[in-house]
Amino acid sequence: MPAVTSESLVEIRDLHFAYDADRPILSGINMRFPRGKVVAIMGGSGCGKTTLLNLIGGQLRPSSGEVRVDGREVAAMDEAELYALRRRMGMLFQFGALFTDMSVFDNVAFPIREHTDLPESLVADLVAMKLQAVGLRGAARLAPRELSGGMARRVALARAVALDPMLVMYDEPFTGLDPISLGIIGQLIRKLTDALGATSIMVTHDIQESLQIVDYIYFMSNGRVVAEGTPDQIRNSTDPFVHQFVHAEADGPVPFHYPAPPIASLLEPRRA
Amino acid sequence: MLKRLLSRLGASVVDSLWRLGFAARFFWAILTHSGTALVRFNLTIREVFFSGVMSLVIILVSGLFVGLVLGLQGYDTLQRYGSSEALGILVALSLVRELGPVVAALLFASRAGSSITAEVGIMKASEQLKAMDMMAVNPIARVVAPRFWGGVISMPLLAALFSAMGIFGGWLIGVQFIGVDDGAFWSQMQASVDFRTDVLNGVIKSVVFGIAVSFIAVFEGFDATPTAEGVSAAITRTVVTSALAILALDFVLTSFMFRGL
Repeated sequence: MPAVTSESLVEIRDLHFAYDADRPILSGINMRFPRGKVVAIMGGSGCGKTTLLNLIGGQLRPSSGEVRVDGREVAAMDEAELYALRRRMGMLFQFGALFTDMSVFDNVAFPIREHTDLPESLVADLVAMKLQAVGLRGAARLAPRELSGGMARRVALARAVALDPMLVMYDEPFTGLDPISLGIIGQLIRKLTDALGATSIMVTHDIQESLQIVDYIYFMSNGRVVAEGTPDQIRNSTDPFVHQFVHAEADGPVPFHYPAPPIASLLEPRRA
Repeated sequence: MLKRLLSRLGASVVDSLWRLGFAARFFWAILTHSGTALVRFNLTIREVFFSGVMSLVIILVSGLFVGLVLGLQGYDTLQRYGSSEALGILVALSLVRELGPVVAALLFASRAGSSITAEVGIMKASEQLKAMDMMAVNPIARVVAPRFWGGVISMPLLAALFSAMGIFGGWLIGVQFIGVDDGAFWSQMQASVDFRTDVLNGVIKSVVFGIAVSFIAVFEGFDATPTAEGVSAAITRTVVTSALAILALDFVLTSFMFRGL
């Protein structure tokens, strides 16, 4: 591992990505994720946020530009190096992605058992600590299907941080949660990031919750960064896109209508 | 019009070739990532339990019924030529050479193959495979390879049990029910069934079928479109493709083993 310790854990420079050449997903993204901070990437559905996480995790390769994690370019790694990097990353998936054939305990123990040779008694202690942190030590013996959506998300969070990662990525952590669970997840993300000294990248479209817990926000639209700033800067932003997003307005820079000829054209007499 | 037709035809050919290439690479990936499944053998044992042990009931019951029918039909034909004592040979040869491996494989594909496809497909659809990959655990090594080897190990054992149960069924109907001579039944069978040409060839068939069915099952699951309809279509493909593969492979293998000319 190189000893280059820049202040940013993840750096994205002029990143382009497309599945096929005529339909770019990301075009010219520049982002920096400083160590120990919680950074949110926001934007409407389908603007390429999740693709960005996949690029950081090395599940996709950029068309051009680079993604550097801890000073090293992700796309240049071979499988072994990539897996070594991923051991120091945690990822929380949109619906938790818990292993349905294992209990809550075994889910959280999974990365520990796969990557260490710790004796079972120590694994049990570690799992208990992680579950205690998310408030679900009492649910260790339950199966994933017995959990509510919010509980499943918390278990997945405990699993994501089981190996004390340097980087935790959250893919839509708030989707489909009631306000109480949503607040709990938000607080946990902040608390765990601070306690672990980790860096967190959160992809979300829940603006109100994010403004309370994050240090910095990037706004994306159509594969570009259209605005960025601290929560205070965002709240006071006059940028029309940010304004539309923060105030949840139906129409604005992001149009309500899918492109179509004007409705008046329907009223014109048809020419034979 | 013609141009469109040609381009559609071309697209579907390219598509199938691409899929075939992907299947070949996937097969190679399973082989190169089989270390975990063999070193941590309890992972594979677990899959032998799910695909093998859990298929026992259907295999044993079907084997018994196939044997019972063979006993009745075989006796009916043989007694016309006055050679009903040869019932043992007929039952044993049909089962060991053909029916055991083929019918057991067909049942295995619909019982275990479909459930492997469903499990892997749903793990993919619910992002469990992706989550595992992000945890630096290779899903081909941890999920796919154990299921593949579990199926490959189970299949010959199930085929053997199917044949044994069938022979028992043939004996039950022929000797106990109809009254064929017990000694003749077993001694003729023992004298005429050759270990290498009959039993071993049957085992070779069941191993090949086991590889084919297990591979089709894990591939369809891994390749499934990650939606409910995608997984359901993948399960259908597993059963249909497996059945066709078993019957086609059976013909090929039988022609290689044929010594009658």
